Amino acid sequence: MAGPLLELRNVEARYGPLVALHGVSLTVGEAEVVAVLGANGAGKTTTLRAISGTVRRSGEVLLGGETLGRTPEGVARRRVAHVPEGRGTFVELTVEENLRLGAYARRDRQVAADLERVLGWFPRLRERLGQQAGTLSGGEQQMLALGRALMLSPRLLLLDEPSLGLAPLVVAELFGIVRRLNEEDGLAVLVVEQNASLALAAARRAYVLEAGRVAVEGPSAELREHADVRRSYLGY
Amino acid sequence: MADLAQQIVSGLASGGIYASLALALVLIYRATGVVNFAQGEMAMFTTFVAWTLMEHIAYWPAFALTLVLAFVGGALLELTVIRPVQSAPPLTVVIVTIGLLIGLNGLARRIWGNSPKTLESPFSTDPVRIGGVAFSIQDLGIIGVSLAIVALLWAFFRFTKLGLGLRAAAVNPAESRLVGIRVAWMLALGWGLAAVLGAVAGMMAAPPLGSFDQNLMQPILLYAFAAAVLGGIDSPLGAVVGGLLVGVMVNLVGTYVGFVGADLRLPVALAIILGVLLVRPSGLFGREAVSRV
Repeated sequence: MAGPLLELRNVEARYGPLVALHGVSLTVGEAEVVAVLGANGAGKTTTLRAISGTVRRSGEVLLGGETLGRTPEGVARRRVAHVPEGRGTFVELTVEENLRLGAYARRDRQVAADLERVLGWFPRLRERLGQQAGTLSGGEQQMLALGRALMLSPRLLLLDEPSLGLAPLVVAELFGIVRRLNEEDGLAVLVVEQNASLALAAARRAYVLEAGRVAVEGPSAELREHADVRRSYLGY
Repeated sequence: MADLAQQIVSGLASGGIYASLALALVLIYRATGVVNFAQGEMAMFTTFVAWTLMEHIAYWPAFALTLVLAFVGGALLELTVIRPVQSAPPLTVVIVTIGLLIGLNGLARRIWGNSPKTLESPFSTDPVRIGGVAFSIQDLGIIGVSLAIVALLWAFFRFTKLGLGLRAAAVNPAESRLVGIRVAWMLALGWGLAAVLGAVAGMMAAPPLGSFDQNLMQPILLYAFAAAVLGGIDSPLGAVVGGLLVGVMVNLVGTYVGFVGADLRLPVALAIILGVLLVRPSGLFGREAVSRV
């Protein structure tokens, strides 16, 4: 077995003068689901943004052992799909156009087949193909955002707060789909979640960020027993 | 009645020209949120380029070559003039486009001098009789060419991957980069396409005037503004419908309302702009983005 699929080595990121990440190192293995936990402002979202190139970073980010570019366009071409916080969909375009845009960086001929596959996972999107994305409910928009990311046929999926503002039933459905993709297709996922118990249930390993640094890391089962993690994030 | 039909068709011909230029304005407005005041002068400049080419080669090859040069020129303007101020406040960019307006006008005077030119027309000025009414072939030709270029552009945006990428980049640049669209290239592409529309407008506008100079597009830009505002500044369909409506309205008012005549047509366009902004600022087809949270 070669090295990890994704590796961050001492990554720093800042918004203007404000340093958001002070040297974060983490790895995601092939076909592994990894969670990033932490309080608001701990740098969870910034970690994903540093990977996808939507914030300036220093330090090394490697995908499959090779340096990952620093622009979002370049990262998409390496088949890393980022579902940003707050459901990045093109609200003015139709559901179908949103899904087709997900495959924009691809050059292969499997796009039509993948569209069918994605619609198979999200039957509700099939019913709304011609509808403007902005008219979808919050849950449907999150499914569209996930469906669009999957249209890239990604090697790695970056999920930012997928449960935010969604009903528990919808959240369960979303995580169910992610788990299936991981188990059946070996999709690797790095998920940022406010809801720690949800994230620890879905992920094999997790990192806990505090003030832009990795404070604790380990297998989910261990973190669930970790006193600080329990007190700070699980509330028992 | 026959006279009214003629006036409407003649208005539609002018309207097709306004529609093309209005569409160019909308294209850039949607992509950058800025009204490009230099759009008219870009069109004027390419019309002079067409005039030069037509001195040497046949009409349609010169027409096609002009469109190619307009595309390249428009894209280059974006890369060299607009890109450096891209992240500046909108007002800065607007001022830059006004500077571009003045610069292009001066450059055209420098290159082509101040004597008026006559642009060849691909269409005969003879009348053709349809249902007992005589229409000018030139008017019908202008309508045909304007609508054809609009239809082509529509098909490009609607059915091609690149067109989809352009639309996506216009509505949500940040998200577009995440799916792998090179937004910076899309902006240059948008300027190129807008310049092509302007070139068509210029080449259609010049021949019926008999002669033209560097001020060719200034009134037309005003009509195009009226068209874009009437249709909704963010609506491509609105620009086309608005252009045709403004063309017909201005022509009818100029013909049938005694005191307006030929001299007061431009104020009619200004009145349209003012009226729309007062009554329905989003225009006929413009709308607030639909979103649910």
